Amino acid sequence: MNLHGIRAIYRFEMARTGRTLMQSVLSPVVSTSLYFVVFGSAIGSRITSVEGVSYAAFIIPGLVMLSLLMQSVSNASFGIYFPKFVGTIYEVHSAPLSYLEIITGYVGAAATKAIIVGLIILATARVFVDYSIAHPVVMVLFLVMTTVAFSLFGFIIGIWADNFEKLQVVPLMIITPLTFLGGSFYSIHMLPPFWQKVTLFNPVVYLISGFRWSFYGLADVNVGISVVATLVFLALCLTGVWWIFRTGWRLKA
Amino acid sequence: MQTDSIARDAVTDPVIVVRGLDKTYEGGFKALKGIDLAVRRGEIFALLGPNGAGKTTLISIICGIVNPGRGTVTVDGHDIIRDWRKTRTVIGLVPQELKTDAFETVWNTVRFSRGLFGKAPDDAYLEQLLKDLSLWDKRDAKILALSGGMKRRVMIAKALSHQPMVLFLDEPTAGVDVELRRDMWTMVRRLRESGVTIILTTHYIEEAEDMADRVGVINKGELIVVEEKTALMQKLGKKQLRLQLHEPLSCLPQALSAYGLELNGKCDEIIYTYDTQGERTGITALLKDLSVAGIGFKDLSTRQDTLEQIFVELVTEKA
Repeated sequence: MNLHGIRAIYRFEMARTGRTLMQSVLSPVVSTSLYFVVFGSAIGSRITSVEGVSYAAFIIPGLVMLSLLMQSVSNASFGIYFPKFVGTIYEVHSAPLSYLEIITGYVGAAATKAIIVGLIILATARVFVDYSIAHPVVMVLFLVMTTVAFSLFGFIIGIWADNFEKLQVVPLMIITPLTFLGGSFYSIHMLPPFWQKVTLFNPVVYLISGFRWSFYGLADVNVGISVVATLVFLALCLTGVWWIFRTGWRLKA
Repeated sequence: MQTDSIARDAVTDPVIVVRGLDKTYEGGFKALKGIDLAVRRGEIFALLGPNGAGKTTLISIICGIVNPGRGTVTVDGHDIIRDWRKTRTVIGLVPQELKTDAFETVWNTVRFSRGLFGKAPDDAYLEQLLKDLSLWDKRDAKILALSGGMKRRVMIAKALSHQPMVLFLDEPTAGVDVELRRDMWTMVRRLRESGVTIILTTHYIEEAEDMADRVGVINKGELIVVEEKTALMQKLGKKQLRLQLHEPLSCLPQALSAYGLELNGKCDEIIYTYDTQGERTGITALLKDLSVAGIGFKDLSTRQDTLEQIFVELVTEKA
Protein backbone atom coordinates (compact mmCIF):
# COMPACT_ATOMS: atom_id res chain seq x y z
CA MET A 1 0.00 0.00 0.00
CA ASN A 2 1.46 3.35 -1.06
CA LEU A 3 0.42 5.42 1.96
CA HIS A 4 2.87 8.20 1.14
CA GLY A 5 1.27 8.45 -2.30
CA ILE A 6 -2.26 8.68 -0.89
CA ARG A 7 -1.13 11.28 1.61
CA ALA A 8 0.61 13.28 -1.13
CA ILE A 9 -2.56 13.49 -3.24
CA TYR A 10 -4.75 14.17 -0.22
CA ARG A 11 -2.51 16.96 1.11
CA PHE A 12 -2.06 18.45 -2.35
CA GLU A 13 -5.83 18.63 -2.86
CA MET A 14 -6.46 20.00 0.61
CA ALA A 15 -3.78 22.64 0.06
CA ARG A 16 -5.68 23.81 -3.02
CA THR A 17 -8.67 24.50 -0.78
CA GLY A 18 -6.43 26.65 1.38
CA ARG A 19 -5.44 28.68 -1.67
CA THR A 20 -9.05 29.15 -2.72
CA LEU A 21 -10.59 29.76 0.68
CA MET A 22 -13.06 32.37 -0.58
CA GLN A 23 -14.43 30.05 -3.23
CA SER A 24 -14.25 26.84 -1.23
CA VAL A 25 -15.57 27.86 2.15
CA LEU A 26 -16.81 31.43 2.25
CA SER A 27 -18.99 31.18 -0.85
CA PRO A 28 -21.18 28.29 0.45
CA VAL A 29 -21.53 30.05 3.80
CA VAL A 30 -22.77 33.21 2.10
CA SER A 31 -25.17 31.22 -0.13
CA THR A 32 -26.58 29.36 2.87
CA SER A 33 -27.05 32.56 4.80
CA LEU A 34 -28.99 33.95 1.84
CA TYR A 35 -31.18 30.83 1.75
CA PHE A 36 -31.97 31.35 5.42
CA VAL A 37 -32.81 35.00 4.86
CA VAL A 38 -35.03 34.24 1.85
CA PHE A 39 -36.59 30.89 2.76
CA GLY A 40 -36.20 30.86 6.52
CA SER A 41 -37.24 34.41 7.33
CA ALA A 42 -39.26 35.73 4.39
CA ILE A 43 -41.15 32.55 3.38
CA GLY A 44 -40.78 30.87 6.76
CA SER A 45 -42.76 33.62 8.38
CA ARG A 46 -45.77 32.45 6.33
CA ILE A 47 -45.16 28.70 6.84
CA THR A 48 -44.97 28.37 10.56
CA SER A 49 -44.11 24.67 10.78
CA VAL A 50 -43.86 21.44 8.81
CA GLU A 51 -44.98 18.34 10.70
CA GLY A 52 -44.26 20.07 13.97
CA VAL A 53 -40.82 21.44 13.03
CA SER A 54 -40.33 25.17 12.40
CA TYR A 55 -39.86 25.82 8.68
CA ALA A 56 -36.45 27.44 9.19
CA ALA A 57 -35.23 24.33 11.04
CA PHE A 58 -36.97 22.02 8.56
CA ILE A 59 -34.90 23.28 5.62
CA ILE A 60 -31.53 22.88 7.38
CA PRO A 61 -30.91 19.22 6.37
CA GLY A 62 -31.93 20.03 2.78
CA LEU A 63 -29.58 23.01 2.64
CA VAL A 64 -26.72 21.02 4.08
CA MET A 65 -27.41 18.21 1.61
CA LEU A 66 -27.55 20.69 -1.29
CA SER A 67 -24.11 22.00 -0.37
CA LEU A 68 -22.73 18.53 0.30
CA LEU A 69 -23.77 17.25 -3.11
CA MET A 70 -22.54 20.33 -4.96
CA GLN A 71 -19.25 20.47 -3.07
CA SER A 72 -18.56 16.74 -3.36
CA VAL A 73 -19.18 16.71 -7.10
CA SER A 74 -17.36 19.99 -7.79
CA ASN A 75 -14.31 19.24 -5.66
CA ALA A 76 -13.82 15.71 -6.95
CA SER A 77 -14.50 16.53 -10.59
CA PHE A 78 -12.16 19.52 -10.58
CA GLY A 79 -9.56 17.60 -8.58
CA ILE A 80 -9.09 14.99 -11.31
CA TYR A 81 -10.00 17.19 -14.30
CA PHE A 82 -7.37 19.85 -13.60
CA PRO A 83 -4.35 17.49 -13.77
CA LYS A 84 -5.84 16.09 -16.97
CA PHE A 85 -6.27 19.60 -18.35
CA VAL A 86 -2.74 20.80 -17.56
CA GLY A 87 -1.17 17.42 -18.31
CA THR A 88 0.24 16.65 -14.86
CA ILE A 89 -1.87 13.49 -14.73
CA TYR A 90 1.12 11.70 -16.34
CA GLU A 91 2.80 11.76 -12.95
CA VAL A 92 -0.10 9.98 -11.25
CA HIS A 93 -0.19 7.36 -14.01
CA SER A 94 3.53 6.72 -13.82
CA ALA A 95 3.60 6.57 -10.01
CA PRO A 96 3.38 3.26 -8.12
CA LEU A 97 -0.22 3.92 -7.13
CA SER A 98 -3.11 1.49 -7.45
CA TYR A 99 -6.49 2.69 -8.64
CA LEU A 100 -7.82 2.36 -5.13
CA GLU A 101 -5.01 4.52 -3.78
CA ILE A 102 -5.58 7.21 -6.40
CA ILE A 103 -9.31 7.26 -5.63
CA THR A 104 -8.68 7.31 -1.89
CA GLY A 105 -6.48 10.37 -2.29
CA TYR A 106 -8.73 12.38 -4.59
CA VAL A 107 -12.11 11.27 -3.29
CA GLY A 108 -10.95 11.41 0.31
CA ALA A 109 -9.87 15.02 -0.10
CA ALA A 110 -13.06 15.98 -1.97
CA ALA A 111 -15.25 14.33 0.67
CA THR A 112 -13.30 15.95 3.50
CA LYS A 113 -13.75 19.39 1.97
CA ALA A 114 -17.46 18.77 1.43
CA ILE A 115 -17.90 17.59 5.02
CA ILE A 116 -16.05 20.65 6.34
CA VAL A 117 -18.35 22.90 4.30
CA GLY A 118 -21.39 20.92 5.54
CA LEU A 119 -20.30 21.39 9.14
CA ILE A 120 -19.68 25.10 8.58
CA ILE A 121 -23.17 25.42 7.15
CA LEU A 122 -24.59 23.65 10.17
CA ALA A 123 -22.72 26.11 12.38
CA THR A 124 -23.95 29.03 10.27
CA ALA A 125 -27.51 27.75 10.53
CA ARG A 126 -27.19 27.86 14.28
CA VAL A 127 -26.88 31.63 14.03
CA PHE A 128 -30.31 31.85 12.39
CA VAL A 129 -32.28 29.05 13.99
CA ASP A 130 -32.25 26.65 16.90
CA TYR A 131 -32.24 23.00 15.87
CA SER A 132 -31.42 19.61 17.33
CA ILE A 133 -29.94 16.38 15.96
CA ALA A 134 -31.98 13.42 17.16
CA HIS A 135 -29.73 10.70 15.75
CA PRO A 136 -26.17 12.10 15.51
CA VAL A 137 -24.57 8.76 14.57
CA VAL A 138 -27.00 8.27 11.68
CA MET A 139 -26.47 11.91 10.70
CA VAL A 140 -22.68 11.37 10.48
CA LEU A 141 -23.27 8.11 8.60
CA PHE A 142 -25.42 9.86 5.99
CA LEU A 143 -22.97 12.73 5.81
CA VAL A 144 -20.06 10.42 5.08
CA MET A 145 -21.89 8.00 2.76
CA THR A 146 -23.39 10.83 0.72
CA THR A 147 -20.16 12.80 0.36
CA VAL A 148 -18.16 9.70 -0.58
CA ALA A 149 -20.79 8.57 -3.10
CA PHE A 150 -21.08 11.98 -4.72
CA SER A 151 -17.33 12.56 -4.65
CA LEU A 152 -16.99 9.31 -6.59
CA PHE A 153 -19.68 10.58 -8.95
CA GLY A 154 -17.75 13.84 -9.30
CA PHE A 155 -14.57 11.87 -9.99
CA ILE A 156 -16.36 10.12 -12.86
CA ILE A 157 -17.57 13.47 -14.22
CA GLY A 158 -14.02 14.85 -14.00
CA ILE A 159 -12.73 11.94 -16.04
CA TRP A 160 -15.57 12.15 -18.54
CA ALA A 161 -15.31 15.92 -19.04
CA ASP A 162 -13.03 17.16 -21.78
CA ASN A 163 -13.78 20.83 -21.27
CA PHE A 164 -14.78 23.15 -18.43
CA GLU A 165 -18.36 23.41 -19.68
CA LYS A 166 -18.96 19.70 -19.24
CA LEU A 167 -17.50 19.97 -15.78
CA GLN A 168 -20.24 22.44 -14.86
CA VAL A 169 -23.12 20.85 -16.75
CA VAL A 170 -23.83 17.96 -14.41
CA PRO A 171 -23.75 19.90 -11.12
CA LEU A 172 -25.79 22.78 -12.52
CA MET A 173 -28.18 20.96 -14.82
CA ILE A 174 -28.71 17.72 -12.91
CA ILE A 175 -27.63 17.90 -9.27
CA THR A 176 -29.13 21.31 -8.49
CA PRO A 177 -32.57 20.62 -10.01
CA LEU A 178 -32.75 17.18 -8.43
CA THR A 179 -31.85 18.65 -5.04
CA PHE A 180 -34.34 21.50 -5.31
CA LEU A 181 -37.03 19.05 -6.43
CA GLY A 182 -35.94 16.43 -3.93
CA GLY A 183 -37.56 17.99 -0.87
CA SER A 184 -34.87 20.40 0.27
CA PHE A 185 -37.40 23.11 1.00
CA TYR A 186 -40.59 21.10 1.41
CA SER A 187 -41.94 17.74 2.44
CA ILE A 188 -42.98 15.67 -0.54
CA HIS A 189 -46.25 15.03 1.32
CA MET A 190 -47.08 18.66 0.49
CA LEU A 191 -47.22 17.72 -3.22
CA PRO A 192 -50.29 16.43 -5.10
CA PRO A 193 -50.46 12.56 -5.04
CA PHE A 194 -49.31 12.21 -8.66
CA TRP A 195 -46.18 14.32 -8.12
CA GLN A 196 -45.48 12.51 -4.88
CA LYS A 197 -45.13 9.31 -6.93
CA VAL A 198 -43.03 11.01 -9.64
CA THR A 199 -40.72 12.49 -7.01
CA LEU A 200 -39.86 9.01 -5.78
CA PHE A 201 -37.84 8.52 -8.99
CA ASN A 202 -35.55 11.29 -7.83
CA PRO A 203 -32.66 9.63 -5.95
CA VAL A 204 -31.91 12.80 -3.99
CA VAL A 205 -35.30 12.47 -2.23
CA TYR A 206 -33.96 9.45 -0.35
CA LEU A 207 -30.77 11.25 0.70
CA ILE A 208 -32.57 14.33 2.00
CA SER A 209 -35.29 12.30 3.64
CA GLY A 210 -32.82 10.07 5.47
CA PHE A 211 -30.68 13.02 6.47
CA ARG A 212 -33.70 14.95 7.78
CA TRP A 213 -34.79 11.89 9.73
CA SER A 214 -31.43 11.93 11.55
CA PHE A 215 -32.23 15.49 12.68
CA TYR A 216 -35.91 15.43 13.59
CA GLY A 217 -37.11 11.84 13.19
CA LEU A 218 -39.20 13.05 10.22
CA ALA A 219 -38.92 11.27 6.87
CA ASP A 220 -40.69 11.34 3.53
CA VAL A 221 -39.64 7.74 2.91
CA ASN A 222 -38.60 4.99 5.27
CA VAL A 223 -35.08 5.63 6.61
CA GLY A 224 -34.07 2.04 5.81
CA ILE A 225 -34.93 2.64 2.15
CA SER A 226 -32.89 5.85 2.27
CA VAL A 227 -29.86 3.95 3.58
CA VAL A 228 -30.25 1.26 0.89
CA ALA A 229 -30.67 3.90 -1.85
CA THR A 230 -27.51 5.69 -0.72
CA LEU A 231 -25.58 2.41 -0.63
CA VAL A 232 -26.84 1.48 -4.10
CA PHE A 233 -25.70 4.83 -5.47
CA LEU A 234 -22.34 4.36 -3.74
CA ALA A 235 -22.00 0.89 -5.27
CA LEU A 236 -22.89 2.20 -8.74
CA CYS A 237 -20.27 4.93 -8.50
CA LEU A 238 -17.66 2.48 -7.25
CA THR A 239 -18.44 0.17 -10.16
CA GLY A 240 -18.15 3.09 -12.58
CA VAL A 241 -14.77 4.15 -11.21
CA TRP A 242 -13.54 0.56 -11.16
CA TRP A 243 -14.51 0.18 -14.84
CA ILE A 244 -12.82 3.45 -15.80
CA PHE A 245 -9.53 2.42 -14.25
CA ARG A 246 -9.77 -1.09 -15.58
CA THR A 247 -10.26 0.08 -19.15
CA GLY A 248 -8.30 3.33 -18.92
CA TRP A 249 -11.30 5.13 -20.42
CA ARG A 250 -10.43 8.79 -21.00
CA LEU A 251 -7.33 8.29 -18.89
CA LYS A 252 -4.88 6.20 -20.87
CA ALA A 253 -4.23 5.59 -24.53
CA MET B 1 16.53 -9.41 -37.31
CA GLN B 2 19.28 -6.94 -36.57
CA THR B 3 17.80 -5.65 -33.34
CA ASP B 4 17.50 -9.20 -31.95
CA SER B 5 21.21 -9.78 -32.08
CA ILE B 6 21.89 -6.30 -30.79
CA ALA B 7 19.53 -6.82 -27.89
CA ARG B 8 21.23 -10.11 -27.01
CA ASP B 9 24.63 -8.44 -27.12
CA ALA B 10 23.46 -5.78 -24.75
CA VAL B 11 22.16 -8.17 -22.12
CA THR B 12 25.30 -8.16 -20.07
CA ASP B 13 23.52 -6.36 -17.27
CA PRO B 14 20.24 -5.04 -18.61
CA VAL B 15 18.05 -2.78 -16.53
CA ILE B 16 15.35 -2.59 -19.20
CA VAL B 17 14.44 -5.41 -21.55
CA VAL B 18 11.77 -4.94 -24.22
CA ARG B 19 10.67 -7.97 -26.21
CA GLY B 20 8.39 -7.97 -29.26
CA LEU B 21 6.55 -4.84 -28.17
CA ASP B 22 3.67 -3.72 -30.34
CA LYS B 23 1.33 -0.81 -29.86
CA THR B 24 -1.67 0.03 -31.99
CA TYR B 25 -3.75 3.04 -31.01
CA GLU B 26 -7.48 3.35 -31.39
CA GLY B 27 -8.07 4.15 -35.01
CA GLY B 28 -5.52 1.58 -36.13
CA PHE B 29 -2.30 3.62 -36.02
CA LYS B 30 0.58 1.24 -35.37
CA ALA B 31 2.96 3.21 -33.18
CA LEU B 32 5.33 0.35 -32.35
CA LYS B 33 6.10 -2.77 -34.35
CA GLY B 34 7.87 -5.62 -32.59
CA ILE B 35 10.40 -3.58 -30.63
CA ASP B 36 13.30 -5.55 -29.11
CA LEU B 37 15.64 -3.57 -26.93
CA ALA B 38 17.89 -4.02 -23.93
CA VAL B 39 19.27 -1.06 -22.02
CA ARG B 40 22.36 -1.62 -19.91
CA ARG B 41 22.48 -0.64 -16.30
CA GLY B 42 24.24 2.66 -15.78
CA GLU B 43 24.50 3.70 -19.42
CA ILE B 44 23.27 6.76 -21.26
CA PHE B 45 21.12 5.46 -24.08
CA ALA B 46 19.98 7.88 -26.77
CA LEU B 47 16.79 7.01 -28.61
CA LEU B 48 16.66 8.92 -31.84
CA GLY B 49 13.91 9.19 -34.38
CA PRO B 50 11.89 11.72 -36.35
CA ASN B 51 8.61 13.10 -35.04
CA GLY B 52 5.96 10.39 -34.75
CA ALA B 53 8.54 7.60 -34.88
CA GLY B 54 7.31 6.01 -31.64
CA LYS B 55 9.88 7.29 -29.13
CA THR B 56 7.38 8.81 -26.72
CA THR B 57 5.03 5.84 -27.06
CA LEU B 58 7.84 3.45 -26.13
CA ILE B 59 8.84 5.57 -23.13
CA SER B 60 5.22 6.02 -22.07
CA ILE B 61 4.61 2.27 -22.11
CA ILE B 62 7.68 1.55 -20.00
CA CYS B 63 6.61 4.25 -17.53
CA GLY B 64 3.02 2.97 -17.30
CA ILE B 65 1.32 5.95 -18.94
CA VAL B 66 0.22 4.11 -22.08
CA ASN B 67 -1.14 0.57 -22.10
CA PRO B 68 1.09 -1.81 -24.08
CA GLY B 69 -0.12 -4.00 -26.92
CA ARG B 70 1.66 -7.31 -27.42
CA GLY B 71 5.10 -8.05 -26.04
CA THR B 72 6.81 -7.76 -22.69
CA VAL B 73 8.84 -5.14 -20.87
CA THR B 74 10.89 -5.71 -17.74
CA VAL B 75 12.57 -3.08 -15.61
CA ASP B 76 15.23 -4.21 -13.16
CA GLY B 77 14.01 -7.77 -13.75
CA HIS B 78 10.35 -7.00 -12.99
CA ASP B 79 7.52 -7.15 -15.50
CA ILE B 80 5.84 -3.74 -15.96
CA ILE B 81 2.38 -5.33 -15.89
CA ARG B 82 2.71 -7.97 -13.16
CA ASP B 83 5.12 -6.04 -10.92
CA TRP B 84 4.04 -2.54 -11.90
CA ARG B 85 4.54 -1.14 -8.43
CA LYS B 86 8.18 -2.26 -8.30
CA THR B 87 9.00 -1.04 -11.80
CA ARG B 88 7.35 2.35 -11.40
CA THR B 89 9.12 2.94 -8.11
CA VAL B 90 12.51 2.86 -9.82
CA ILE B 91 11.60 4.99 -12.85
CA GLY B 92 11.68 8.77 -13.18
CA LEU B 93 10.28 10.58 -16.18
CA VAL B 94 10.84 14.05 -17.56
CA PRO B 95 8.17 14.39 -20.25
CA GLN B 96 8.60 16.30 -23.46
CA GLU B 97 6.09 19.02 -22.66
CA LEU B 98 6.26 21.30 -19.65
CA LYS B 99 3.47 19.94 -17.51
CA THR B 100 3.39 21.55 -14.10
CA ASP B 101 0.95 22.85 -11.56
CA ALA B 102 1.29 26.53 -12.30
CA PHE B 103 -0.13 27.70 -8.98
CA GLU B 104 2.02 25.45 -6.81
CA THR B 105 5.41 26.35 -5.36
CA VAL B 106 8.57 24.59 -6.46
CA TRP B 107 9.11 23.07 -3.04
CA ASN B 108 5.57 21.74 -2.69
CA THR B 109 5.44 20.24 -6.16
CA VAL B 110 8.74 18.42 -5.66
CA ARG B 111 7.63 17.14 -2.26
CA PHE B 112 4.36 16.01 -3.84
CA SER B 113 6.22 14.03 -6.50
CA ARG B 114 8.39 12.28 -3.92
CA GLY B 115 5.33 11.28 -1.90
CA LEU B 116 3.51 10.09 -5.01
CA PHE B 117 6.28 7.59 -5.65
CA GLY B 118 5.95 6.17 -2.15
CA LYS B 119 8.99 7.76 -0.57
CA ALA B 120 8.96 9.20 2.94
CA PRO B 121 9.68 12.93 3.14
CA ASP B 122 13.38 13.73 3.02
CA ASP B 123 13.81 17.47 3.06
CA ALA B 124 17.59 17.26 3.20
CA TYR B 125 17.70 15.29 -0.06
CA LEU B 126 15.23 17.60 -1.75
CA GLU B 127 17.18 20.64 -0.61
CA GLN B 128 20.35 19.22 -2.16
CA LEU B 129 18.47 18.31 -5.32
CA LEU B 130 17.11 21.83 -5.71
CA LYS B 131 20.55 23.28 -5.02
CA ASP B 132 22.09 21.01 -7.67
CA LEU B 133 19.54 22.26 -10.16
CA SER B 134 19.96 25.90 -9.12
CA LEU B 135 16.37 25.96 -7.92
CA TRP B 136 16.91 26.43 -4.21
CA ASP B 137 16.49 30.20 -4.39
CA LYS B 138 13.20 29.66 -6.20
CA ARG B 139 11.80 27.06 -3.80
CA ASP B 140 8.98 29.32 -2.60
CA ALA B 141 8.21 30.75 -6.03
CA LYS B 142 5.06 29.69 -7.82
CA ILE B 143 5.83 27.72 -10.95
CA LEU B 144 3.88 30.13 -13.15
CA ALA B 145 6.39 32.83 -12.21
CA LEU B 146 9.35 30.81 -13.52
CA SER B 147 11.01 31.03 -16.92
CA GLY B 148 10.74 28.13 -19.38
CA GLY B 149 14.23 26.93 -18.51
CA MET B 150 13.49 27.01 -14.81
CA LYS B 151 10.27 25.08 -15.37
CA ARG B 152 12.30 22.46 -17.22
CA ARG B 153 14.58 22.20 -14.17
CA VAL B 154 11.50 21.76 -11.98
CA MET B 155 10.41 18.86 -14.19
CA ILE B 156 13.80 17.25 -13.72
CA ALA B 157 13.67 17.85 -9.97
CA LYS B 158 10.25 16.18 -9.82
CA ALA B 159 11.53 13.19 -11.79
CA LEU B 160 14.54 12.84 -9.48
CA SER B 161 12.67 13.52 -6.25
CA HIS B 162 12.21 9.82 -5.50
CA GLN B 163 15.81 8.84 -6.37
CA PRO B 164 15.01 6.69 -9.41
CA MET B 165 17.30 4.01 -10.78
CA VAL B 166 16.24 4.74 -14.36
CA LEU B 167 15.61 8.23 -15.69
CA PHE B 168 13.78 8.94 -18.94
CA LEU B 169 14.46 12.32 -20.47
CA ASP B 170 12.08 12.96 -23.34
CA GLU B 171 13.47 15.92 -25.30
CA PRO B 172 14.84 17.52 -22.13
CA THR B 173 16.63 20.38 -23.84
CA ALA B 174 13.88 21.46 -26.23
CA GLY B 175 13.56 25.23 -25.96
CA VAL B 176 16.35 25.49 -23.42
CA ASP B 177 19.14 28.05 -23.76
CA VAL B 178 22.74 27.00 -24.30
CA GLU B 179 23.90 27.62 -20.74
CA LEU B 180 21.08 25.66 -19.19
CA ARG B 181 21.58 22.87 -21.69
CA ARG B 182 25.22 22.62 -20.68
CA ASP B 183 24.24 22.55 -16.99
CA MET B 184 21.73 19.81 -17.71
CA TRP B 185 24.23 17.61 -19.42
CA THR B 186 26.66 18.12 -16.58
CA MET B 187 23.93 16.94 -14.25
CA VAL B 188 23.14 13.97 -16.49
CA ARG B 189 26.77 12.90 -16.47
CA ARG B 190 26.84 13.22 -12.70
CA LEU B 191 23.71 11.08 -12.44
CA ARG B 192 25.26 8.44 -14.65
CA GLU B 193 28.34 8.43 -12.44
CA SER B 194 26.07 7.80 -9.46
CA GLY B 195 24.70 4.71 -11.21
CA VAL B 196 21.48 6.04 -12.72
CA THR B 197 20.59 4.66 -16.14
CA ILE B 198 19.52 7.42 -18.50
CA ILE B 199 17.41 7.02 -21.58
CA LEU B 200 17.07 10.20 -23.55
CA THR B 201 15.41 11.30 -26.71
CA THR B 202 16.61 14.44 -28.39
CA HIS B 203 16.36 16.30 -31.63
CA TYR B 204 19.82 17.74 -31.05
CA ILE B 205 21.74 14.78 -32.37
CA GLU B 206 25.08 16.37 -31.58
CA GLU B 207 23.99 16.02 -27.94
CA ALA B 208 23.50 12.30 -28.38
CA GLU B 209 26.84 12.14 -30.13
CA ASP B 210 28.42 13.94 -27.21
CA MET B 211 26.59 12.22 -24.35
CA ALA B 212 25.37 8.76 -25.25
CA ASP B 213 27.14 5.46 -24.73
CA ARG B 214 24.76 3.73 -27.11
CA VAL B 215 22.31 4.91 -29.70
CA GLY B 216 19.03 3.45 -30.93
CA VAL B 217 17.30 4.74 -34.03
CA ILE B 218 13.56 4.28 -34.30
CA ASN B 219 11.48 5.10 -37.34
CA LYS B 220 7.81 4.42 -38.07
CA GLY B 221 7.55 2.24 -34.99
CA GLU B 222 10.53 0.04 -35.86
CA LEU B 223 13.88 0.01 -34.16
CA ILE B 224 16.23 0.25 -37.11
CA VAL B 225 19.49 -0.01 -35.26
CA VAL B 226 20.90 -0.21 -31.75
CA GLU B 227 24.64 0.17 -31.44
CA GLU B 228 27.51 1.55 -29.42
CA LYS B 229 27.78 5.15 -30.51
CA THR B 230 31.41 4.92 -31.62
CA ALA B 231 30.86 1.58 -33.34
CA LEU B 232 27.79 2.95 -35.10
CA MET B 233 29.74 5.91 -36.38
CA GLN B 234 32.52 3.66 -37.55
CA LYS B 235 30.18 1.14 -39.11
CA LEU B 236 27.70 3.39 -40.78
CA GLY B 237 29.60 6.64 -41.01
CA LYS B 238 31.27 7.18 -44.35
CA LYS B 239 34.64 8.80 -44.52
CA GLN B 240 35.69 11.12 -47.28
CA LEU B 241 39.10 11.95 -48.65
CA ARG B 242 39.20 15.33 -50.35
CA LEU B 243 42.07 16.14 -52.68
CA GLN B 244 42.57 19.75 -53.66
CA LEU B 245 43.90 19.80 -57.23
CA HIS B 246 46.57 21.99 -58.75
CA GLU B 247 44.44 22.52 -61.83
CA PRO B 248 40.67 22.14 -62.19
CA LEU B 249 39.50 19.14 -64.22
CA SER B 250 36.87 19.25 -66.93
CA CYS B 251 35.98 15.63 -66.20
CA LEU B 252 37.33 12.63 -64.38
CA PRO B 253 39.45 10.18 -66.39
CA GLN B 254 37.74 6.92 -67.33
CA ALA B 255 40.62 5.00 -65.73
CA LEU B 256 39.51 6.21 -62.30
CA SER B 257 35.82 5.29 -62.66
CA ALA B 258 36.17 2.25 -60.37
CA TYR B 259 36.77 4.54 -57.39
CA GLY B 260 33.39 6.30 -57.67
CA LEU B 261 35.02 9.69 -57.43
CA GLU B 262 33.16 12.98 -57.43
CA LEU B 263 34.22 16.47 -58.36
CA ASN B 264 33.17 19.46 -56.33
CA GLY B 265 31.28 22.39 -57.92
CA LYS B 266 34.44 24.23 -58.97
CA CYS B 267 35.96 20.98 -60.32
CA ASP B 268 39.12 21.70 -58.32
CA GLU B 269 38.57 19.05 -55.67
CA ILE B 270 38.21 15.29 -55.96
CA ILE B 271 36.05 13.61 -53.33
CA TYR B 272 36.63 9.94 -52.56
CA THR B 273 34.22 8.21 -50.22
CA TYR B 274 35.50 5.03 -48.60
CA ASP B 275 34.52 2.47 -46.01
CA THR B 276 36.59 2.57 -42.85
CA GLN B 277 35.52 -0.97 -41.99
CA GLY B 278 36.83 -2.48 -45.23
CA GLU B 279 40.07 -4.44 -45.33
CA ARG B 280 41.53 -1.83 -47.65
CA THR B 281 40.47 1.76 -47.97
CA GLY B 282 41.79 1.99 -51.51
CA ILE B 283 43.58 5.26 -50.77
CA THR B 284 47.08 4.03 -51.69
CA ALA B 285 45.87 2.65 -55.00
CA LEU B 286 43.93 5.84 -55.75
CA LEU B 287 46.93 8.06 -55.11
CA LYS B 288 49.03 5.83 -57.35
CA ASP B 289 46.45 5.91 -60.15
CA LEU B 290 46.09 9.69 -59.87
CA SER B 291 49.83 9.97 -60.32
CA VAL B 292 49.68 7.70 -63.36
CA ALA B 293 46.87 9.83 -64.79
CA GLY B 294 49.00 12.93 -64.23
CA ILE B 295 46.63 14.56 -61.78
CA GLY B 296 48.49 16.48 -59.13
CA PHE B 297 47.10 17.79 -55.86
CA LYS B 298 48.30 20.43 -53.45
CA ASP B 299 46.45 19.45 -50.28
CA LEU B 300 44.31 16.71 -48.83
CA SER B 301 41.89 16.31 -45.94
CA THR B 302 39.54 13.67 -44.52
CA ARG B 303 36.08 14.08 -43.03
CA GLN B 304 33.83 11.59 -41.17
CA ASP B 305 30.01 11.60 -41.13
CA THR B 306 28.47 13.00 -37.99
CA LEU B 307 25.85 11.03 -36.09
CA GLU B 308 23.29 13.41 -37.53
CA GLN B 309 24.27 12.49 -41.07
CA ILE B 310 24.11 8.80 -40.19
CA PHE B 311 20.73 9.31 -38.57
CA VAL B 312 19.33 11.17 -41.58
CA GLU B 313 20.59 8.46 -43.91
CA LEU B 314 19.12 5.67 -41.80
CA VAL B 315 15.75 7.34 -41.54
CA THR B 316 15.68 8.31 -45.21
CA GLU B 317 16.63 4.79 -46.30
CA LYS B 318 13.67 3.34 -44.40
CA ALA B 319 11.23 6.02 -45.52
